[in-house]
Amino acid sequence: MEHYYQPEIECASQEQIRAWQDERLVKTVKRVYENVEFYRKKMDEAGVKPGDIHSVDDLYKLPFLTKDDLRDAYPYGLLAAPLSDCVRIQSTSGTTGRRVVAFYTQHDLDLWEECCARAIAAAGGTNEDVVHVCYGYGLFTGGPGLNGGSHKIGSLTLPMSSGNTERQIQFMCDLGSTILCCTPSYAAYLAESIWERGLQDKIKLKAGIFGAEAWTEEMRHDVEEKLRIKAYDIYGLTEISGPGVSFECSEQTGMHINEDHFIAEVINPKTGEVLPDGEKGELVFTSITKEAFPLIRYRTRDICILSRKKCSCGRTHVKMTKPLGRSDDMLIVKGVNVFPSQIETVLLNQGYPANYQIIVDRQNNSDTIEVQVEMTQEMFSDNAGIVAKREKALVDALKAMLGIYVKVKLVNPKSIARSEGKAVRVIDRRNLYQG
Amino acid sequence: MTVKQISVFVENKAGKLAELTEYLHEQKIDMRALSIAETQDFGIVRIIVDDAYKTSCILKEAGYVASITPVLAVEMPDEPGSLFRILKILGDGGVNLEYMYAFLTRKEDTAYMVLRVEDNEKAADILSKSGIHTICQDAVANL
Repeated sequence: MEHYYQPEIECASQEQIRAWQDERLVKTVKRVYENVEFYRKKMDEAGVKPGDIHSVDDLYKLPFLTKDDLRDAYPYGLLAAPLSDCVRIQSTSGTTGRRVVAFYTQHDLDLWEECCARAIAAAGGTNEDVVHVCYGYGLFTGGPGLNGGSHKIGSLTLPMSSGNTERQIQFMCDLGSTILCCTPSYAAYLAESIWERGLQDKIKLKAGIFGAEAWTEEMRHDVEEKLRIKAYDIYGLTEISGPGVSFECSEQTGMHINEDHFIAEVINPKTGEVLPDGEKGELVFTSITKEAFPLIRYRTRDICILSRKKCSCGRTHVKMTKPLGRSDDMLIVKGVNVFPSQIETVLLNQGYPANYQIIVDRQNNSDTIEVQVEMTQEMFSDNAGIVAKREKALVDALKAMLGIYVKVKLVNPKSIARSEGKAVRVIDRRNLYQG
Repeated sequence: MTVKQISVFVENKAGKLAELTEYLHEQKIDMRALSIAETQDFGIVRIIVDDAYKTSCILKEAGYVASITPVLAVEMPDEPGSLFRILKILGDGGVNLEYMYAFLTRKEDTAYMVLRVEDNEKAADILSKSGIHTICQDAVANL
């Protein structure tokens, strides 16, 4: 039997969804134009006024918003509500040094958590369940989002956060966790660790909600088999709220976008032209219910396909495929966004040349990232301790910038291939994107 | 009196050291002493050669990262206790060693020790006061 958190919304007619969207879009555009100078300027430059927007059909008239805009507007430039109404921030990495900070009022937190609650319900979650959240907590949206969603459902929530696998497994066995929320690679790692300890018959998991990084169908089958669960995908981004922007249902053929909160478009990333449903392009979101940080036509850089085919689960909201790639060079490593430009910034700050190579791999179901940097005369010393100290300083600076450990490998000068045109900076050996 | 040590950055990868020594061989560089400091990813090859200037030039030409460091080469009798005696003198004089390595020569009964210290002048001074001889680069070429 299919579970819903808000069936009247999740299974509403497409006309009803459209009516909500029309009304909320008009209101949101008017509000951001009046309250946010950044939007006002952008819309004036594009020659569009709030009065030109009558329905979703007019959405194409509005200018796009990019991650660079978010960086330029940091920290308060896009805030659409008084700071006194805001109760939370979450944050994700920007393209260079500056992070993206998203603001939430209590209303915004509630709607985000409701979206996550829908995802947990779709995975079969009820107030009888024990929801084991080992996404990171803190600035990262994974932990807080699923945690809040689980509360809304009334499930017993285990705010485990990431790491400490021994304790994760112990709690899983002792408290009888039934729904696991984490990155797919950590789920695979947990599955392996559980088998190694021979505890596979001690766990009571029935479902997993796995997101924040790309994963393949093979990985899904592997984890489903090892943990004896059904594995559901979940999608989201901090800019739009966090996990729960879309989520998978029992059909497991794509993720329903919560269209009462987010209008999705797919565009040609080169021309910006809106593409019809069924065509592959870059996903663009407009959030129409948020108070503090509503984004208008935000370019996610994720490539996907939208489908309005009737779903057997009964939900009527549009479905998106798993991201099939990126229209920029962002990498997702251990669930964390990494831009090569961030790494370049750190290298230059630390006095290394900008000639480098990033190698991303997945070993034992866990992502690894290595930066190869060419040794220079200035960085060299006859004293190995001094060179190692400089190397350590680089590792620390990378960790401070990205929030994850990056292995640094110093290589001989001129040993990183120079290419004629665009340098090949990234070698991703994971082959995560299908289709 | 110091000798010029050449330090070369070498990636920790199969064949890299062979590549370096092959190149030195082609360029007819004669090594007197060699030591390697290694970490997990890379090594620092330190050599004492007959012609330090030429070596430094040809390494740079070939794209190696290399540096020249003046170090002390101490002459000592090739017999038990020699090294201890020198280290004791330096220790008593408050000289801190960064690293050191030994080399033998064709000269009978004589051994040499390369010492890397912070202050060459001070260390050489302390040693000479105790009658211990350090050799210069020219002397290395003729060893």
